[in-house]
Amino acid sequence: MIVYILCFILFLVGLYGLITRRNLIKIVISLSIMEFSIFILLVLIGYIDGGIAPIIPENVTNPTYVDPLPQAMVLTAIVIGLATTAMLMAIAIRLYRKYRTFDIRDIKNLKG
Amino acid sequence: MELTLSILLGFMIIGALFAIHAKDLLSAVIAAGIVGYSLVICFLLLKAPDLAIVQIVVETITLIIMVAVVLDSTREELKVKVDRQQIINISLALIFIVLLAFFFVQATGKLNPFGEHTLRMANAYVGETASKTGSTNLVTGVLFDFRGYDTLGEATILFTAAIGVLSILRIKGRK
Repeated sequence: MIVYILCFILFLVGLYGLITRRNLIKIVISLSIMEFSIFILLVLIGYIDGGIAPIIPENVTNPTYVDPLPQAMVLTAIVIGLATTAMLMAIAIRLYRKYRTFDIRDIKNLKG
Repeated sequence: MELTLSILLGFMIIGALFAIHAKDLLSAVIAAGIVGYSLVICFLLLKAPDLAIVQIVVETITLIIMVAVVLDSTREELKVKVDRQQIINISLALIFIVLLAFFFVQATGKLNPFGEHTLRMANAYVGETASKTGSTNLVTGVLFDFRGYDTLGEATILFTAAIGVLSILRIKGRK
């Protein structure tokens, strides 16, 4: 149970950074920290005590595997996370070249 | 097992806190790397070798992109002044945290304790992967055969992101 709570605390740390920081790079870092906490939580839920990695062994009948389904889903999510981070970083460097700062309070040409 | 994982997660929390509060952007990026690489060790302990391989590659690429961006721009963190807006933001964050903690308690009451998961959906995959797909790795079998359309969508997203990054970096903006 304590591992679930620690995952939740990691998520909250990311959320805190996302809301209170004004630097674009720090906002991207906070987002990826939130992502990581969700990945580890999903894999923790699928773990079984005494289970083996989900690769079929030779000469063993009816082994206990850990759940392969969350692992497959998290694999997809990790790659999508990379795509998101690369996109955000490209936007950040474009904004820096135009405004010469990462401060989101100074980047307000789009403000309505 | 649970103790080792707790220590690693504690490391990750410390790294995340340092990344958010660092004065230098380069050290913030490297502290975010602590979180990612500890995640790799957690995956290995949780018997997920495929995830560990993918995560170590992805984390290295992310770190390279972030360091390149920071070196290409500025390393200095903004001056943080505690003004009214900042106080409003922090109290907003605290309200969100209390709200989320409430939902977390509700949700974890229904979960099995750590290590006592029972296979439900995955039972169909575990028994039949070898005969139906010919793959000895269950994760690969699920990813590329039973849920192949998910992987097709993932490839589409990657392609779109690559085109997006290329077009964002190539356009000339208005002065």
